[in-house]
Parts: sequence; structure tokens; C-alpha cells
Amino acid sequence: MDTIIAAASVIGAGLSVGLAAIGPGIGQGTAAGQAVEGIARQPEVENQIRGTLLLSLAFMEALTIYGLVVALALLFANPFAG
Amino acid sequence: MDFINNSILLAGVEIGTHYYWKVGEFELHGQVFIVSWFVISLLLVASLLGANDPKRIPASWQNFMESVVEFTKEIAVNQIGAKSYRTWLPFVSTMFLFIFGSNWAGAIIPWKLIVLPEGELAAPTNDINTTVAFALLTSGMYFYAGFRKKGLGYFKRYIQPTPILLPINILEDFTKPLSLSFRLFGNVLADELTISVLVLLVPLFIPLPIMALGIFAGSVQALIFSTLAAAYIHEALE
Repeated sequence: MDTIIAAASVIGAGLSVGLAAIGPGIGQGTAAGQAVEGIARQPEVENQIRGTLLLSLAFMEALTIYGLVVALALLFANPFAG
Repeated sequence: MDFINNSILLAGVEIGTHYYWKVGEFELHGQVFIVSWFVISLLLVASLLGANDPKRIPASWQNFMESVVEFTKEIAVNQIGAKSYRTWLPFVSTMFLFIFGSNWAGAIIPWKLIVLPEGELAAPTNDINTTVAFALLTSGMYFYAGFRKKGLGYFKRYIQPTPILLPINILEDFTKPLSLSFRLFGNVLADELTISVLVLLVPLFIPLPIMALGIFAGSVQALIFSTLAAAYIHEALE
């Protein structure tokens, strides 16, 4: 692999995961905070809230995972490696 | 990477190396098939044992399998609704059980003990071909659901609420399988990668919580995939 392409790919891979983690991180924090608030207010629906929370957390996690897939493609299946 | 792959018991993730089977002019990823067959036979045996001598008052294994089916039924009922879930229950529960089985088979069973000439055995879902196949099946299923319910009137959905949204509605049919497959593939592979990186740093005890997290994430991903499949089917039926 060309060294420039290799270097750019590694930097790009790192950035893609790092940047993709910011948004979902904030989102998950907000969601978890609201869920805690909800449980504190109505402890009797804790199970339902937990289920919904886990499901939505996984959806947000998926966004970071897309970044990870891009990073993996850059590192292991780089289309520009030639 | 060599160090990880040399350590006993723990699977080192080998990305891009596969145990190829040549069938005609196609190359198949053999390790995926072996583990898939294993999971399929496990599920078959479990359901046959549960259903071979059904009793009115279920005991032991039948009881367990019934609660499993109840669980998957709940996924379908929650998304599709109690009126028309029954037709789509087999698909949704098959998806759930197979993905769940594959994720857990990859996370729990020490496949490293079985040495392949090339590549290694792992969860079938850590191969993008498997997850794309699941996602396309889901796409096909919700199209079928729509056509079955409304015939060609299904296409009216594309110009609702306004025809301006037509391109976005069409695009959605492509992004659905894309996000479904990437989500599952990425999550499973990410778990295995994290474990192998941690094993590279500290080979003892430290990776254990991450492995537990991997088991948990595997089940959540199965739940999400089947929930989304059911939700898409519901959307097409609406």
C-alpha cells in the first residue's frame, strides 16, 4: 500500500470512530438521564422504561457502529489500496 | 495480531481471512456455514424436543420453549398488533432465534479449539454477507406483506403524504436493509474486536466484563433486528 494512502486511511479510521462517537454519546446521555428521571418519578414502570431505554440506546449505538464499519473498511478492505 | 491468534482458547479476530469452499465458480466462506449449521441444528433439536410430545400442562423443556415462543410473540404483537401478527410471527421469531443463537454461539463457545486451515470459526453474524442476507430477507418480507395486503395499491405509499417525498420514500427502501445489516455486522464484529484488543493488552480477567457485555449486546442486537423487521412489516401493512 502506498504510504500516503496508508497514513491517510489510519487517520481517517481513527477520526471516523471518534467523530461518530460524539453524537450518540450525547444522545445516550440525554436518554439515560431522562429514563432515570422517569424511574425516580414513577418507580412502578421501571421495567417498561428499562426496556425502551435499552432498545433506544442500541439504536443510538448503531450510529457509532456505522463509523466503526467505515473505519474497518478503511483498515482491512481499503478500496484505494490498489 | 499474531500474538492474539497464538493465544489459546481466545478467538483472535482474523478480518479478511476466510476458510474458502469452492462450489462451481463461487467461493463460499466455509466458517460461516459450519457455525450456521451448528446453530440451525441446535435450534432444530431444541424445538423438536419441545414439540415432540406436547402436553396440556407443559413441563420442563416444553415449558421453556413455550416461554421462548411467547417472548418472540410479544415482539411481533407489540410491533404489528394483535390482529395480524400471526402471519408474520414465524419470520420474526426465526430471525430473533437465529441471530440470537449465532451471536451467542460466537460469544460463548470456544471455537478456537477447532483449527481450520485458514480463517477461524466465529459468530456467523460477523460476516457481512450473512447480515446482508438477513436484511434483504427482511426487505423482501415487508414488500411481500405490503403486496399481500394491498396489491399494487402498495405503491401509493411512496407518494404519501405528498409526491415531493417520492425520492426520500424510495431511498428509504435502500437505507433500511443497509442500516439493518451494518448495525448487526458492526456490533458483533466490534465486540469481537474489542475483546481481542483487550486480550492483546491484558490476557487475563480484564476482558471478562467486556465478554459479558458482548453476550448482552448479542441478545439486544437480536431483539433489535427482529423488532425492526416487525416494525417494517407493520409499516407496510398500515
